Amino acid sequence: MNFDFSDDQKQLRDQARKFLAEKCPPKAVRVVLDGKEAYDRALWKGFAEMGFLGVAIPEEYGGAGAGHLELCVIAEEVGRALAPVPFSSTVYLAAEALMLAGSDAQKQAWLPKIASGEVIGTLALFEGTGNPSPKAIKLAAANGVLNGTKKPVADGAIADLIIVAARTASTGRDSDISLFLVDAKAGGVEAKALTNLDPTRGQAELTFANCKAEPLGAAGEGWSILTQVLDRAAVLTAFEQVGGSDRALEMGRDYALDRIAFGRPIGSFQAVKHMLADMYVSATLARSNAYYGAWALSTNAPELPEAAASARISATQAYQHCAKNNIQVHGGMGFTWEFDCHMYYRRANALALGLGSLSYWEDQLIDRMRKRNAA
Amino acid sequence: MNFDDTPQEAAFRAEARAWIAANAPKQYEDELRASSLGRTALKNANILEVAKAWQKKKADAGWACLHWPKEYGGRGASPIERVIWQQEEGPFGKLSAMFIIGHGMCGPTVMAYASEQHKREYLPPLASGEKVWCQLFSEPAGGSDVAGLRTRAEKRGDEWVINGQKIWTSGAHYSDYGILLTRTDPTVPKHKGLTMFFLDMKSPGVEVRPIKQASGHSDFNEVYFTDVVIPDSQRLGAVNDGWNVALTTLMNERMSIGAGVATGFPELFDFCSNLMLDDRAAIDDRNVRSKLANWAVKASGLKYTSMRAISALSKGERPGPENSIGKLVAGAMVQDVATYALDLQGAAGVLSGPEAELAGRFQAMLLRAPGTRVEGGTDEIMRNIIAERVLGLPGDIRVDKDLPFNQVPTKGRA
Repeated sequence: MNFDFSDDQKQLRDQARKFLAEKCPPKAVRVVLDGKEAYDRALWKGFAEMGFLGVAIPEEYGGAGAGHLELCVIAEEVGRALAPVPFSSTVYLAAEALMLAGSDAQKQAWLPKIASGEVIGTLALFEGTGNPSPKAIKLAAANGVLNGTKKPVADGAIADLIIVAARTASTGRDSDISLFLVDAKAGGVEAKALTNLDPTRGQAELTFANCKAEPLGAAGEGWSILTQVLDRAAVLTAFEQVGGSDRALEMGRDYALDRIAFGRPIGSFQAVKHMLADMYVSATLARSNAYYGAWALSTNAPELPEAAASARISATQAYQHCAKNNIQVHGGMGFTWEFDCHMYYRRANALALGLGSLSYWEDQLIDRMRKRNAA
Repeated sequence: MNFDDTPQEAAFRAEARAWIAANAPKQYEDELRASSLGRTALKNANILEVAKAWQKKKADAGWACLHWPKEYGGRGASPIERVIWQQEEGPFGKLSAMFIIGHGMCGPTVMAYASEQHKREYLPPLASGEKVWCQLFSEPAGGSDVAGLRTRAEKRGDEWVINGQKIWTSGAHYSDYGILLTRTDPTVPKHKGLTMFFLDMKSPGVEVRPIKQASGHSDFNEVYFTDVVIPDSQRLGAVNDGWNVALTTLMNERMSIGAGVATGFPELFDFCSNLMLDDRAAIDDRNVRSKLANWAVKASGLKYTSMRAISALSKGERPGPENSIGKLVAGAMVQDVATYALDLQGAAGVLSGPEAELAGRFQAMLLRAPGTRVEGGTDEIMRNIIAERVLGLPGDIRVDKDLPFNQVPTKGRA
């Protein structure tokens, strides 16, 4: 049994960690947090140069063709460093959708530009309050144009390539939904940046008015493709969450060792030790579930839907748990803008919602477990 | 990343599987498979006899205590082979319950500290289950603080005379031997005045009294010592070095990777799939699904944490500290799962025994669960271990650390 990353993959993780420690210290994250930049352009360029953007994209489309396990270890480091770049929208959502459903021409047109950092991509799925559901999609596609509004769209205000979930029929079935590909620079789509919990990652409202769009995948296949894209993104996001959980736990541990109160390090009080031990437990469960997701993703196993839902739930819980208790360990200082704790708290809660919230994934997990038990 | 055996591992697995298929007591397989926490008994057989017979059969064919050296009754197998065996033994592994303390804790301690002659004499019958061992550490005044124990051992010529009381001794009532931690010097701080021995449980002056547990069952005992004589040759380790010897024992306590810990989740998932609430299955209810999903990811998290440890063993590495979470997570979870299963039953959840849902399976689990959060290290001790050994946080400030043991306060309120 070899349920672990290979030495090469671990080396890549170390390399990414070193790169991010140097290029993406908390100070750099704060430039975006404070609204001075929409994202860290220099870091994005660095990601392209390091080959992070195309690591899972096949060589024939300009990528490194390494694979998804390699992408998982990079995602972990992106999460640990709170990298303020549109990595997840571009790589987990847009590139994955293209690789799953794109025609050869579409892949040729977009994937090399994603790998090189020229193009930022995203997925426009949500239309206001609520979880992923075909019924919630009202934005209409007809005669090659889109009309309607999407919000929130992660990195929507800076995206060049937008994958849009649109309604092409009204029969009440999943096949009412089709996917489209929009070149944001071609016009017809207007973006409005929205304030959000985690300003280090942008959110936007996109309004499509007779916006020209080309189909991505077969008509009526949209929901099925989306489900697969969300599963794949759930595993990759879980690694970001695992990286963030570990960092929040380390921050809490380090502070508990340094901070003296009542004449002793606060980490010697059981109330604090036990809180940190529980954070370690959550982070460990999340990591193990994420590894299973990584295995299923990298082998395209039939277990992927169930593994993705488990990874998603476990990692969401762990990051929220570690981020909030990291603030608690820090006491009053943890609640200041100056300390970095709140950046993890913000990211943890934003990541918990982006692909659909916990209640959505809980439902998915139980459905998928029942399906397996019935089979 | 994969779940595949190496060719060597696959060969070992095939050999183990074939032997188990030909030799295991299959007439009990269904009952063992269906047993869960709080209920491992056989309807028409004495489980202790069945367990001893299975253990002896394994030992005769070289499948007992796989990781022990051959000369002491083992197989000299690698850690990963031991894990593979546990996976293949499956439900029949539940028959090993009565040997866990002896094989997991007493054996390694004897192996580390006894004379060569004693090792060759005592270890093979321990491995084969012909002799059962227990561990006599906990006392009324020393549970989590085991070094606070008060049972005295006094030297008399070539012998030691033991007086005192132990408690929570699993299986003392059917054990042949025990390892015993005693106080040999009360005038020095508590960790420095302890000495370890092993003894024949049939020695004159040893009295075993079963404890009736909160669950109504009796798995544990009190053991009283009145002028019990132990030859000095049965001392394990140096006089007053018993704490270090005990650490060897305790370090082995939680090293059972791969056996899988009981969480109650598979039972609950089945139950919710079949139970009707109003006019639909419980599993179609939003609240039930949410609860199930939360427990599902804990159960899978534990499973894949254990897979990571097994992978380390397979590569010949030491597993990381991740495995220390198993008991902590599973112990609390099984209690919550049982409580919730009863909640779903409404007022009828109060019934236990044959008239209850599933013949009282979750009720038995509920009543046994508090014990799992205490035995083998309480939840609080487990959290301390994670905080100190894994996260590197400071140990507690111990007010009795440098105090001579006979000056440590014995009562909270005067």
